[in-house]
Amino acid sequence: MKKTELLFLKEDVDIPYNWAAGRYGSLFLTRLRDEGKFIGNRCPSCGKVYLPPRVVCGPCFTPPEEIVELGDTGTLVSYSVVNYPFIDPETGSRRPIPYTLGYIRLDGCDTYLSHFVDETDPAKLTPGLRVKAVFRPREERTGRLQDVLHFKIVD
Amino acid sequence: MATKVAVVGIGMTENKSRWDLSLPGLYRLAYQRALEDCGLKSEDIDAVAFGHSPEYFEGVNHPEKWCGEAVGALNKPLFRVHTGGTVGGSVAIAAYYLVASGKFEVVLAISGNKLNETSSAQIGLSTVYDPIMGRQFAAGAPSAVAVQASKYYSQYGYNEDHGLMVAVKNRNNALKNPYAQLRIPDYTLEGARNTPMLCHPLRLADMCPTSDAACAMIFAAEHRVEAITDNPAWVLSAVAVNEGINYVDRDWSKPIGLRKAAELAYERAGIKDPRRELDVVEVYDAFSVQELIWYEGLKLCDWGEGGRLMESGATRMEGDIPVNPSGGTLCANSIGASAMFRKAEAALQVMGRAGEHQIPGVRRALGHGWGGGIQFHTIMIFGKDKP
Repeated sequence: MKKTELLFLKEDVDIPYNWAAGRYGSLFLTRLRDEGKFIGNRCPSCGKVYLPPRVVCGPCFTPPEEIVELGDTGTLVSYSVVNYPFIDPETGSRRPIPYTLGYIRLDGCDTYLSHFVDETDPAKLTPGLRVKAVFRPREERTGRLQDVLHFKIVD
Repeated sequence: MATKVAVVGIGMTENKSRWDLSLPGLYRLAYQRALEDCGLKSEDIDAVAFGHSPEYFEGVNHPEKWCGEAVGALNKPLFRVHTGGTVGGSVAIAAYYLVASGKFEVVLAISGNKLNETSSAQIGLSTVYDPIMGRQFAAGAPSAVAVQASKYYSQYGYNEDHGLMVAVKNRNNALKNPYAQLRIPDYTLEGARNTPMLCHPLRLADMCPTSDAACAMIFAAEHRVEAITDNPAWVLSAVAVNEGINYVDRDWSKPIGLRKAAELAYERAGIKDPRRELDVVEVYDAFSVQELIWYEGLKLCDWGEGGRLMESGATRMEGDIPVNPSGGTLCANSIGASAMFRKAEAALQVMGRAGEHQIPGVRRALGHGWGGGIQFHTIMIFGKDKP
């Protein structure tokens, strides 16, 4: 049998989406935008505080209805310095590297927020460091998690 | 009382770039090989459990629509299961449940992916993050596992060499597995240390390759097994647990969901001391360091002892508890098939048919899978003796 010429077809797909942030998510993002403040929510059953706020406490399966205002300092729980060329699905273009992805536990809450940390030297990073949020100026804030520019190390 | 169930046939495709096969062609090949493995015909299969991980990889949604006939599911029940990287394990467990329920006698589990059809599997993997509260900062799967690695290394005083030791062990094991993709002769710790740091603390050597592959397993009810094969792998237990994602006080170095799955799996299989009673283990090590963390979750050692278990040599091919003699996910990762490969490899070890990487005298073997936000875990334990 004659050898088959193997073909493949190329297509680029671009589908815009609109994601609903929900009631708690919207409250969180508007307070972030308008006041430069973090809010979480507390489970009435176990007392744990969620940030970002969410619709249900997993272990208790109870809505954490109490809104809690949190400060802008916390602890770096863990991190990675990303150093490989990577296409950002948000923008479709390459994200500048190196950058540091951090998981931060803000003081007074029991879950983590992922964000950028402005230190890319692994020798200067370790779980447990104290960090503080750096907000964009009010006029640049649009109601997204990126209204916080990054977290800086304050140890 | 649930029906006793055994694996009677297994079909694998080689993990590599497959420009010669479409997605249905890839599934058909694995299915054909599973049928030939046990001498069944497609009409002997009562139902199909079908798996595939995020559709983003091939850009074709609802692949069970496209691939149904390629897996013999014409005028038969077909059930799609989806748990990300765990999917191959979840599909195998679903097929097991279908037979154990007594409603079906012979069921096919099949799962796969062609990761090479996208320009970047990592863009696809970034879309599994919450688009409002996290996707903005993540970089595919490596960044999440690097966060897990940073925590693990720092918490227990280990360093990146501990992950690289896993890479060296598994890459050398893969030389004996014709289905593995990364088969690199003379793979050394020194060489692994010199690979680029991609996502600190993970180097290229710590990461799995991008594969196209499918895997198929045929499960049969006790009363049908004998007529099909005299060398089945009996299912001793099958457990799936969702650990959750950003839950309160999460510690990535302590997989409590896996620990729960392991305890249930051992209890159901009557295993009290897994390190002694299991003869071989296949874990889903998409990244080297995870193998150490899964040792602990699976109770092969205590919390924090994974690095030391690796150092002891116990998990090498010739050790007392060999882990990933196939080379594991670190040497072949199509995502969709990978968690099933772990189960299929464990079943082949029990059957004594694992080829060059067969561990002598295996009577009980465990296959694991993880997926999602390092959150879904599946475990199947197979035995040579009927439970």
